[in-house]
Amino acid sequence: MAQSQASVITDEMRAVIGKESEPVTYEVDNTGCRQFARAVGYTDPVFYDEKAAKAKGYRGIPAPAGFLGHPVVIPGQPARTAEIFRLNVPFTRILNGGTDVEYFDDVCAGDVLTARSKLSNLEEREGRLGPMLIVTTETAFKDRSGKVVAVMRGTAIRY
Amino acid sequence: MAQVYFEDVKQGQEVPPLVQNCDSQRLVFWAAGSGDYYQIHYDKDFAIGTGLPERIVHGALKHALLGRLLHEWIGDQGRVRRVACSYRGMDMINKDVTCKGVVTATRRENGDNLVDLEVWTEDPDGNKTTPGSATVSLPSRS
Repeated sequence: MAQSQASVITDEMRAVIGKESEPVTYEVDNTGCRQFARAVGYTDPVFYDEKAAKAKGYRGIPAPAGFLGHPVVIPGQPARTAEIFRLNVPFTRILNGGTDVEYFDDVCAGDVLTARSKLSNLEEREGRLGPMLIVTTETAFKDRSGKVVAVMRGTAIRY
Repeated sequence: MAQVYFEDVKQGQEVPPLVQNCDSQRLVFWAAGSGDYYQIHYDKDFAIGTGLPERIVHGALKHALLGRLLHEWIGDQGRVRRVACSYRGMDMINKDVTCKGVVTATRRENGDNLVDLEVWTEDPDGNKTTPGSATVSLPSRS
């Protein structure tokens, strides 16, 4: 593709690729699992009733697919891992381009996960909405024992 | 729900589809459940102000619906191992999102009985707005 305008990807931005963020704590709790399950329309009692969940072999109420808890938000500190990669780009709008979550174990209420993100790639494209920057990130979620229980790969479209 | 066993699953098998209407209440539920409060999903003026024709369904909600599609198929002993999808087309507020899946492969790996699928969402016109892939594990009859 011919470059009709200067790249928005600076050397400073390229230098961030591959670097790991500071850890962010995610808490998985009963209320969070229930609220997420309700939002997605689940009716399976395992997502609402701890007894039902345990009867089906879970340690507690399981986190529905796509839910890895809520980040612990403290004013003045990064609220979400993705915000650590604040990119200085001339785009104000953002769209979610894709989500890929892989699980290596059950995630259940009561779990406290430590998430570290990496900026995996930056790519410029000309889209329907004009010039776009495709930002891909990878976040690994570890449980208290240090085991990676899930990896989330996300694509954000800045335009 | 009935338990599905690994031995009973064949390549090309379809997963029972899931239809979810995404009205404003659903999108606000999702904002609260997911923590994504971006206004293009629930504030019509804001959405139009960014150049969109209307409020749009959160991509991550469609990802989560694909997870529900799989959960409701695999039974109590099944587990969702991976859900991946791309948000290629926008789904507009107040429309049905239909989730579908078809088995692409079955494999045994490290004692796990894994099933790979192609999964996607369709808008009311039948356009595949969210193509993706997924993996689930199932119990064995043996």
